Order: sequence, then structure tokens, then C-alpha cells
Amino acid sequence: MADLNHMLKLLNELDDQIVGCMRCGMCQSVCPVFAETGREADVARGKIALLEFLSHEMIKDAEAVKERLDKCLLCGSCAAACPSGVKALDIFIKARAIITAYLGLSPVKKAIFRGMITKPALFNNLLALGSKFQGFFTTPVNDIIGSSCSKLLSPLLGDRHLLSLADKPLRGNGTIDTAPGLSGLRVAFFYGCVVDKMFTSVGEAVLKVLRHHGVGIYMPVDQVCCGVPSLASGDLKSYEDLVRMNLKVFGKGDFDYILTPCGTCTSAFHHIWPLMNSGFSQSERETIAMLADKAMDINAFIADKLGVSKAEPAAGAKTVTIHDPCHLKKSLGVSGQVRTVLGANPNLKQVEMAGSDVCCGCGGSFNLQHYSVSTKIGKKKRDSIVATGADVVAAGCPACMMQIADMMSQAGDRIAVKHPVELYAQTLG
Amino acid sequence: MVSQSLKQAFVGIVGAENVMDAEADKHSYSYDAAVLDPVLPALVVRPSEMDQVGRIVKLCNDNGLPLTVRGAGSNLSGGTIPSKGGIVLLSNALNKILEVNEEDMYAVVQTGAITAKFAAAVAAKGLFYPPDPGSQAVSTLGGNVAENAGGLRGLKYGVTKDYVMGVNFFDVEGNYCKSGSKTVKCVTGLNIPQLMVGSEGTLAVMSEFILKLVPPPQAAKSMMAIFPDIMTASRTVSAIIAAKVVPCTLEFMDNFTIGAVEGFAKVGLPTDAGSLLLIEVDGHPAQVAEEAEKVEAICKANGCTRIQVAKDAVERNKVWEARRAALSSLARLRPTTVLEDATVPRSKIPAMMQALDKIAKEYKLTIGTFGHAGDGNLHPTILCDRRDKEEFHRVEKGVDAIFEAALGLDGTLSGEHGIGLAKSRWMEKETNRASVLFSKRIKAAVDPKNVLNPGKILGE
Ligand SMILES: Cc1cc2nc3c(=O)[nH]c(=O)nc-3n(C[C@H](O)[C@H](O)[C@H](O)COP(=O)(O)OP(=O)(O)OC[C@H]3O[C@@H](n4cnc5c(N)ncnc54)[C@H](O)[C@@H]3O)c2cc1C
Ligand code: SF4
Ligand code: SF4
Repeated sequence: MADLNHMLKLLNELDDQIVGCMRCGMCQSVCPVFAETGREADVARGKIALLEFLSHEMIKDAEAVKERLDKCLLCGSCAAACPSGVKALDIFIKARAIITAYLGLSPVKKAIFRGMITKPALFNNLLALGSKFQGFFTTPVNDIIGSSCSKLLSPLLGDRHLLSLADKPLRGNGTIDTAPGLSGLRVAFFYGCVVDKMFTSVGEAVLKVLRHHGVGIYMPVDQVCCGVPSLASGDLKSYEDLVRMNLKVFGKGDFDYILTPCGTCTSAFHHIWPLMNSGFSQSERETIAMLADKAMDINAFIADKLGVSKAEPAAGAKTVTIHDPCHLKKSLGVSGQVRTVLGANPNLKQVEMAGSDVCCGCGGSFNLQHYSVSTKIGKKKRDSIVATGADVVAAGCPACMMQIADMMSQAGDRIAVKHPVELYAQTLG
Repeated sequence: MVSQSLKQAFVGIVGAENVMDAEADKHSYSYDAAVLDPVLPALVVRPSEMDQVGRIVKLCNDNGLPLTVRGAGSNLSGGTIPSKGGIVLLSNALNKILEVNEEDMYAVVQTGAITAKFAAAVAAKGLFYPPDPGSQAVSTLGGNVAENAGGLRGLKYGVTKDYVMGVNFFDVEGNYCKSGSKTVKCVTGLNIPQLMVGSEGTLAVMSEFILKLVPPPQAAKSMMAIFPDIMTASRTVSAIIAAKVVPCTLEFMDNFTIGAVEGFAKVGLPTDAGSLLLIEVDGHPAQVAEEAEKVEAICKANGCTRIQVAKDAVERNKVWEARRAALSSLARLRPTTVLEDATVPRSKIPAMMQALDKIAKEYKLTIGTFGHAGDGNLHPTILCDRRDKEEFHRVEKGVDAIFEAALGLDGTLSGEHGIGLAKSRWMEKETNRASVLFSKRIKAAVDPKNVLNPGKILGE
């Protein structure tokens, strides 16, 4: 069990935050889970009421509260729309840490977080092994999306259509450490787990863009997971271990910005690490604050710092539609920049989908625990994409890319799923 | 508590996945948007077919189980708090739009349809459903009818009751009853649809509505007028109406609210202004241009220090951004927001504002006031922290004083938020004993076992 004082402190912070909820119910209008289930416990207001019961009457049925708290994508739509300014997302993250500390971590999660993700050498080796043997278990289904499915593993994976692990992870490039070029800028590149192991093309595109614009790169391969998956499962210990490992790697701060191609990772640096920093020493907290200041999404960096010019769509340009990932738009306010970045590609015409910032339903472990709700939400996103008639859908978050690919592949759509930076990189010689 | 066999009976009607009795679920149906103590229901059921509703109501009546219908639970008067326990019936799966008739301009829609979605669906067919409560993104039409909800357009277009042509409902014995008609005129029998409007779930469980639709206005113009004090703004409101101009929206904000909005939304309001009017005229383009000019002149003649007429959609949206931000900006200042609904005849707004000022001083309360000046419907909003017992006690006293003041000015307890639990003990004061008894006799006749939302409106 985690340090009791620490938990009490979190509990008090929670009380101060939940009291601001005026029970107006306006969060119902934006919550993707509530839209599917119509159940009050699935929307922020209901969860906050449960937590109030929890902190005032102590824990009567913590399992039940946990179960309801877990049924949430942590998409932040409720917080972004709340008239009263209730930071529901922050509340849920803290609450999950408290409840998990109280109930203990499930054996499966313990194995994943404490036994694997916080042991980077083992984690990387396991996935390397996985990438070698995945071909034996899966059958390719959609060449445009690059997805496959597996009858053999279906007890584990359900009907999911998955993207393959990369033959060689991004870290296979080794640590990169170059001086600023023409731009005068030098950035740290935090690629995040999924880009490292699955979407290496996204990582390569980032490197290409940075090199093209004369930006110095610091890409250490001993960087580890940003910690959000652990935290979302309430595993404060793993989260803190991972953050500490990253602080060691990036703590010198000898770069102007720390860039990621993943909305969730950027919001981890920018928002979640400073929010959940009470377990760290003063000097660690200072490093966290420094990194929070320097953290930037790749699209924002290209649009705001490198400056790109708009290209008129060429004859025969393909159409692209844009999904705005929750953590990118709702936590970081990055959406216009994505359009700017894509606007630089003359081979693309942009077409907006209805509800571009409606959650795709992935939500990390939500997808594992509540696949049927996740799929219902994802199918709506798929329908909005298809309705635009686009050839490509762009999403600035690898988790959304996986979910959208799964949904479209299952429906047999022939629409490519790309990260905006990949599409931008195509324009560079 | 509901026995296992009774629970099984509900399961038999709606299926196990639509019956909830876990403590953790019951907590999330114990409250609504009113600042009142929560009460847990015994069981929550979520029907998705109309015939299930009739069977649920009958089961409740046969067993003397209190039944409270819950739409979005956004009401501000405790209407959905199951104060006597019993069953909460969720209406949000009964949300189909059954018919939108463009020729005869009506729609038939189920109770759980969301107001804004319904309005958008009829707008897509070139028609207009005007009632637009601030909660329309979540509120249900059933909740709107049961509370007789108003909105920003009330002055010119009226409120929910003005659009209800027919109501189908289940009586307490579970019989399906029809009332009203799709015709514009209908005087068959008692005016049951209007009896249902504002009945807050105490007389029947409503299932479908026939709602009147109108042609949308072709044009609209909005403006924001700034005044040095509340008196000049109120005089202007009366002067506009006296000049036979009926804006669709005529909203008001006091100095405190202006400061709060500017602090949060930063829309460029002068924080030293005494008060502010947000005005929109709509209709035929020629009429809109003429009325907008008239309104502008009246504002200037009545002491308005600055007026900003929106030139395009962007500027128009800015005006409404200020209004939309009123409650949010206030709500962010303190943990608890008590949104009241005191309403007085238009001409008495200045007197009501003076009374509010006095109440704030006497009970040491922070009150920001905004609202629908055009129909005298003010929303004094008390900001406090309900964890502070002493402060909250003063708030309760202040709320009583607000009702007292409104009634003293020939006003009403509720312009649009309903009576529910929050104001039932004041009913006799606004009407009189005989009138309350009359209402109680109606209730007793249609619901002899007091099953339907007991304790609401009429108290015990
Ligand atoms: C931010 C905010 C802004 C608001 N702005 C406005 C406003 O501008 N104007 C306004 O008038 N109100 C406003 N309200 C109050 C509230 O939204 C309205 O009262 C609304 O009509 C309630 O709808 P609901 O679906 O949430 O109903 P609920 O709160 O679920 O229920 C309200 C009442 O209706 C009953 N009921 C619901 N469905 C049925 C049915 N099928 N049969 C019988 N009884 C039923 C319930 O039992 C309850 O008594 C606001 C509230 C909030 C939180
Ligand atoms: S929108 Fe905000 S204040 Fe309203 S119920 Fe949801 S969390 Fe609470
Ligand atoms: S974070 Fe997203 S899924 Fe969770 S309650 Fe808020 S809106 Fe719903």
C-alpha cells in the first residue's frame, strides 16, 4: 500500500475539487460513454457524486466505485465543456490512484506495469520477440490500412484488427544527439511506446522533418514510457518509477523543446506530470516544471516554430479528413496547427468530418476492459470519416490511429490512417 | 428496499441489464441540479419501449411504490430527487422523433428526446422549435414539459406550454391515455395537455408529445447595450416594450456578473458598467432593420453609455458568448452555486434588484444577478461553499428572503425552474389555501395512493 499520508493528501485535494461540481449535468452532452449507455454513473457528474460519497462516508464498496471509475475514457471532454470549471479528468486520475492504493493492483496489471513496462530492457526484448513471431499468428486483411487479424489469438484480442509491430523499433536507430543546424533550434524527441514499436514510420517522419529544417536532435534510446497507462490504472508506483527514469534521461534540459508525436505523451509532460508530482523531491519537481514548459506537440512545433507555407491543392490531390485526438485538442488546445501542417501538402485537399473532436473511443485500457462500448463509439467515428469520402484520415495520436484502423479495417474501408507529420514529411525532398 | 421478487418483476419487464440496484448506481440517481440533500432510490429502471412504461407504472401502483421519472436530471428544484425512495424511471432511452410534419407544422416526439437534438432535427427540415432553456444540450422534452421550461426567447415566442398541442401519457394504473390533437385548434374536453405542463411528474408519466413548430425567422440582429446603473437599464426595458417592439431576447446582467464574465471569458465588457442588456430582434429583414434602429435609439435616449450592434455572425456570437458565460463565470468564483428563479412583473425589476441588494447585505451573501429582463425572470445566483454550515444557513435564509421579496412585488416563486421540493412550502403564500387544496384534490383523484413523484409541488 502506498504511503498513507500521500493518499490522505490526494483525498483532500479531491474533496476541494469535487465540491465545485454544481450537478448541472451539462457533461452529459459531451461524454462519449454516456452517449452509448445513458447511465449516470458513466458520466462525470455521476462519478463525482460517487467520489463524494467515497470521501465523506469512507469506502463502503470501493470495488463498485472502482468499477464505475474505470468505465471512463479519460478523454477530458467533460472537463473541457464544464461550465463550472470542474477538472474532472484530474479528479479521476487522482481518484484512481487512491482507490488502487486502497484495493491493491490487480495481478494482471501488476505483471504488466511492475513486471514489464517499468523494466525497459525486458519490455523491449519481449516486443522484439513478438514482432518476429507475429506473422505466425495473424493474417493480413487490409493492405491500405496495413491491418491483420488473428483467429488463433482471438480469446485474447477479440475481433480486433491490429497493426503489426515494426520489424525494427525506432530505437534501433540508436541514440541521436546532434547540434542545432540552420534553424538554431535543438529539440529532444520523445517518441512514446507505440511510435517506437509500431508506427516507426511516424518516428522516421519526425526525424526527416527535423533534419530538413535544420533542427538539432536529441533522441536518447534509454527513454521509457511516459507513465500515463500506469497512472490511468491507478499504479502510482510504476508511474513514479517511469517518470524518474525519464527525468534522468531528459533532466539536463539542453534543448529548446521536447517534442512528441503523441497527444497523450505531450499532455503527460505538460499537464499530468505537474499535476501528479507530490511524490517527487523538490529538485525533481523543478525538472518536471522545466519539461512541462518545453513540451510541445510536433504539429504545434512545425506550424508555430518552423513556420510552413500553405500550398494550393494540385490537380488530382487526394482528400484528407482530420480526427482531433482528445488529449491533443482538449488538453493542449492543438487543432488549428494540424490543419496548417496538412495544408502544406499540395497533394491533399482537406475535408472536415462531423464532430472531428469527438473521442474515437480508444482510451487506452478502456479499449481492453470495455471493448464493446469502445467499439460502439469507434464505429460512430468511422461513420463520420467515411461520410466525408476522404482517401486518408489524419490523427495526431498513435492510440487513436490504432483504434481508427481497427474500426475501418473491420468495416472493410479502404481509407489510409496516417499521422499528420507523415503526410507533411511527404512534401519534403 | 424492494423485495427480490419485486425486483424480478421489473427485470421481467425491461431485462436485467436495465435494472440497477447496486448502491454505487443508486447514488448517481439521488440528486439533480438543485442544491438539496440527496436521497437514494430503491431501484432504477430504464425502459426502452413504451409498453414497458405502462407495466412499470402499474407495478409501482399495485405495490404502493413511489415512482419518479428522470429525464436528464437537470432541473433546479429537486424534482427528480426520489425523496420517498422507490423507483426512478429513466426516460432517456425513449427518445425517438416519430414524425416531423412540414405541411401542418407539428412534430410527434418521445419524452426522452434531447431538446437541442430535437430542435436541430426540425431545423434540418426548415422549421423552428423556439423553447431553448440554457440546459437544452442535455434536457429532455419530457423534463421541459413537466417543468414548463422557458428560455432566452420567451419574451417573443413564449415558453414550452405555448408549443404543447398534445400529450400522451400513462395514468397511475398503467393505462395509455391520449390528449390533445394535431390540429391547431382543438377544444375537445378538459385541457389535459396543459394540465400536464408543469405537473412535474405528479399526475402521470408522459410518453409522447405533439409539439407545435413555427417558421424560422428570416433574419436577426443582436446588440449589447451598457448602462451606468440598474435603473436606466430597467427603464429601457419598459421603454422598448412600450414602443411596441418585442425583441425575441432581452437579457440582463448586473455589475457583479459583468465583472465575473470579464474575469473569466474576457469578451471586452466594461467592468465599471452598472448593468448590461443583451437584445436580439428577429423576423423579416426589413422589420429587423427597423426594429434594431428603434431599439438602439431607445437605449441611447434612456441613458445607455455604449451600444454595440453586431455587424455579422462573428460579432453576434460574441454578444451571446457574454450571455452564455454568465452562469459559468459566476459558478467558478465559489464552490457552490445556488441559482434562483425569482420573477416579478417587468416594471418591478428595479425594486427587486434593490431588494436583492438589501438581502445580500443583511445575510452577508455574494449574489450575482442575470436573467430574462424582458419577462421579469431574474436569476439571482448565490455563491457560497456548502461545506461551511454557518454560511449555508445564511444562504437558506437569504433564499427565503428572495421568495418573500418576489411575492411582495406581485411576483412568482418560479419563472421557469419549477417548484419541486425546493419551494413546495411556499405554494400557499403565492396562491392561497383553497387553491392548494384544489390542486391536492386533483392529485388525489388521479393518484390515490400518492405514487407519482410524491412530495413534489404540493408538499406532504
Ligand atoms: C445550466 C442549467 C441551465 C438551465 N436553464 C434553464 C432555462 O433557461 N430555462 C428553464 O426553464 N430551465 C432551465 N434549467 C432547468 C432544467 O434544465 C429544466 O427544468 C429542464 O426542463 C429539465 O429537463 P430534464 O430533462 O433535465 O428533466 P429532469 O430534471 O429529469 O426532470 C424534471 C421534472 O420532470 C419530471 N419528468 C421528466 N420526464 C417526465 C415524464 N416523461 N413524465 C412525467 N414527468 C416527467 C421529473 O419527474 C421532474 O419532476 C437549467 C438547468 C441547468 C442545470
Ligand atoms: S458539467 Fe461540470 S459542474 Fe456540471 S455536472 Fe458535469 S462536472 Fe459537474
Ligand atoms: S473523461 Fe470522457 S469518458 Fe470520462 S466522464 Fe469525462 S467525457 Fe466521459
